[in-house]
Amino acid sequence: MYSFSPNEEQKMLIDAIQRYALDDLRAAAHDADEENEFPLEVIEKGWELGYLQASIPETYDGFGERSALTGVLAAEEIAYGDLAGAMAVMVPGLYVMPILIAGNEEQKKTFIPPVIEEEWRPYTSALMENSFDFDPNDLHTTAMIDGDSYVISGEKIYVPFAPDSEGMIVYANLDGVTQGFIIPKGQEGLEVGERQKNLGLNALPLYPVKFNNVRIPKENRIGGEEGHKIEPIIDASRVAMAAMAVGLSRAAFEYSRDYAKERDVFGVKVAQKQAIAFMIAEMATEIEAIRMLVWEAAWMIDNDKPESSKQAYLAITGAMDMAMMVTDRAVQILGGHGYIREHPVELWMRNGRGFASFSGLAIV
Amino acid sequence: MIDFEKPEAIQQVQNLVETVAVNMMRPVSRYFDDHEHEIPWDYINFMHQATKAMGGAASMAPTDKKSKDEKKDKRPPIGYQRLVHMVEMLAWGDAGMYLCTPGGMLGSAAVSAAGTPEQKKKFLSKFRGDKPVFDAMAMTEPQAGSDTSAIRATAVLDKETNEWILNGEKIFVTAGHKALIDSDGFIIVWATIDPSAGRAGMRSFVVEAGTPGCTVTKLEYKLGIRVSDTASILLQDCRVPFENILGSPEVEKRTTKGFKGAMATFDATRPIVAAQAIGIARATLELLKEELEKNGVVIRYGLPRQKLTNIEREFIDMEMMLHSAWLLVLKAVWMADNHIHNPREASMSKLRAGDVVVKITQKAIEILGPLGYSRELLLEKWFRDSKITDLYEGTGQINRLVVARNVLGYRGSQLR
Repeated sequence: MYSFSPNEEQKMLIDAIQRYALDDLRAAAHDADEENEFPLEVIEKGWELGYLQASIPETYDGFGERSALTGVLAAEEIAYGDLAGAMAVMVPGLYVMPILIAGNEEQKKTFIPPVIEEEWRPYTSALMENSFDFDPNDLHTTAMIDGDSYVISGEKIYVPFAPDSEGMIVYANLDGVTQGFIIPKGQEGLEVGERQKNLGLNALPLYPVKFNNVRIPKENRIGGEEGHKIEPIIDASRVAMAAMAVGLSRAAFEYSRDYAKERDVFGVKVAQKQAIAFMIAEMATEIEAIRMLVWEAAWMIDNDKPESSKQAYLAITGAMDMAMMVTDRAVQILGGHGYIREHPVELWMRNGRGFASFSGLAIV
Repeated sequence: MIDFEKPEAIQQVQNLVETVAVNMMRPVSRYFDDHEHEIPWDYINFMHQATKAMGGAASMAPTDKKSKDEKKDKRPPIGYQRLVHMVEMLAWGDAGMYLCTPGGMLGSAAVSAAGTPEQKKKFLSKFRGDKPVFDAMAMTEPQAGSDTSAIRATAVLDKETNEWILNGEKIFVTAGHKALIDSDGFIIVWATIDPSAGRAGMRSFVVEAGTPGCTVTKLEYKLGIRVSDTASILLQDCRVPFENILGSPEVEKRTTKGFKGAMATFDATRPIVAAQAIGIARATLELLKEELEKNGVVIRYGLPRQKLTNIEREFIDMEMMLHSAWLLVLKAVWMADNHIHNPREASMSKLRAGDVVVKITQKAIEILGPLGYSRELLLEKWFRDSKITDLYEGTGQINRLVVARNVLGYRGSQLR
């Protein structure tokens, strides 16, 4: 039976996150981008909202269960505040969620509770690599079995909080298949490079990490000896990123819409000109359409639908274009003012372009 | 609770309609496109019998706000949701023949939306007879298309006989000939009862087949949907009973209730037109995929765009656009079924579906080269058929205007 209405719990969660997104994340976003750092207290406050904790069953010290649908609702809302801040708040999920989705019982019991019980700490994952046609199903970083260990070698980029991380998942190519491996803190052979400088996401500390024959015990392969399927993790990441693109686009849309209603031009408000009003109508339609696509993909994941991988792929495909279409128009609607860093639209445009480039920076 | 599970009842109806589309529409699609103004009686009679057997008119909009069954039954209503699934499938079969489906279209939608219980009983019961019956909406005039407030047709009350006297000229009446000449149907005529009152004076009237003074003067020759008749209708001192007015006969100055009645009909009909667009687009993508596979091109999903071929990239983008547009349609009708005000969503679904189907049919022809352009396949027909969905029931631009006003919180006077 079709329904497009979130349940009461989800509505409460959305409300709580929206307040935080506006009052804390959005309020800090400009300076965080300029100073390349998000204040820790803002991140901690986001963590205390307990979205991730609510995705984890009680057995592993959480107080709920995983729902990709609730996850995309939360991800949209938090990214509506600020993308870099959202990714920082959600970064422990990069470590916990793959274990929850694909790990064996022992791994879940060992690795999840320490993250969930504590204050926000930077746990992270390393998926992306520095090639123009990066493909999560065709990694250059390799894992080789050697006695009781796996030996991992290769180079990763876009690893959030790498130098301070308390734990890390690295994805590597094991006989042609992408597999995740749990890397404990202080592992020998990891070489964190100089912090990356990118077009956007300035407030999120991202690092390249070299794996020089990093040797980890066999049982640290996610799923244990048999390993795991990679699709559920990629799908969960695709819908999360797509939802964040929706949140960011919504922010840009609302800001430019409100600006257009204030700004005078030729004796009327600029929003009263069809040239602008039609852009606004198309932005709203685009966001709503992609949003439904993301919801459906997440719903399919939760309900084990056979088409969920394809749908998650369509969602992120649509979302990356939407983010660019909407943020570009938001800058355009503000005219020259959109180009000035005092207004947030240029930041959203810089961050929005990233959805085509980065994968796996959030997971629900 | 967000849910994308298609109800079993809808799936069953959809399967039935698919059989009709495959067996009764597709095989004669080309013939009726080549023989404009010929009437597909086999399809019409079949649909009439089939829907009678099923206990109702197939394509008719759900009538009462809440039926008796719904009151007894706690399950939420799905009438419009079922309807868009059926329309989508019929348009997948043939968008023009879909418009020849008897048993209530836009005219009944207006009666359902604005009629009294007596009017509904009287006019909607026409569809339950032995012979197929059609209805139609007569709104557009030569000088008034999107700007419906420029309508000049008049209705004057003859107090002696208690009849409305209608005068004016209507064009682009879809199925007007079938409603007035080929069956004992009716049309809904929009006219003003007070030309000085502007939109406040606008009302709609039921004009039944055989009413003196109402004549079909012309049938248009069109780019697509050629099997569907598009009629011009002349009203010359055409008298209808007083009770044939939909809504109040009083003109309250400064309210535009009558006009808004017409606009409210659009909230229900626009997602239905969007569903037609979706049906054509789905047919197109399916055929495109089939033809590509015959030529050894298989679409790969899940790869980064940098690794996709151009054809794959185009195809995946089209599929994404199509599916997202369909979800907008579903949301708009889910709102309608649950009595949630939906003009924004209705227009969003219509404008996106119209854009998407036009883009997809154009692109499919491009991708298939001379094969796409040839009349061997139905692709070129679907390209011609598709454009109507971006025009009727509000052009893409009118729907942008509706969405813009809605998201900006503007009245018509603030954003013209």
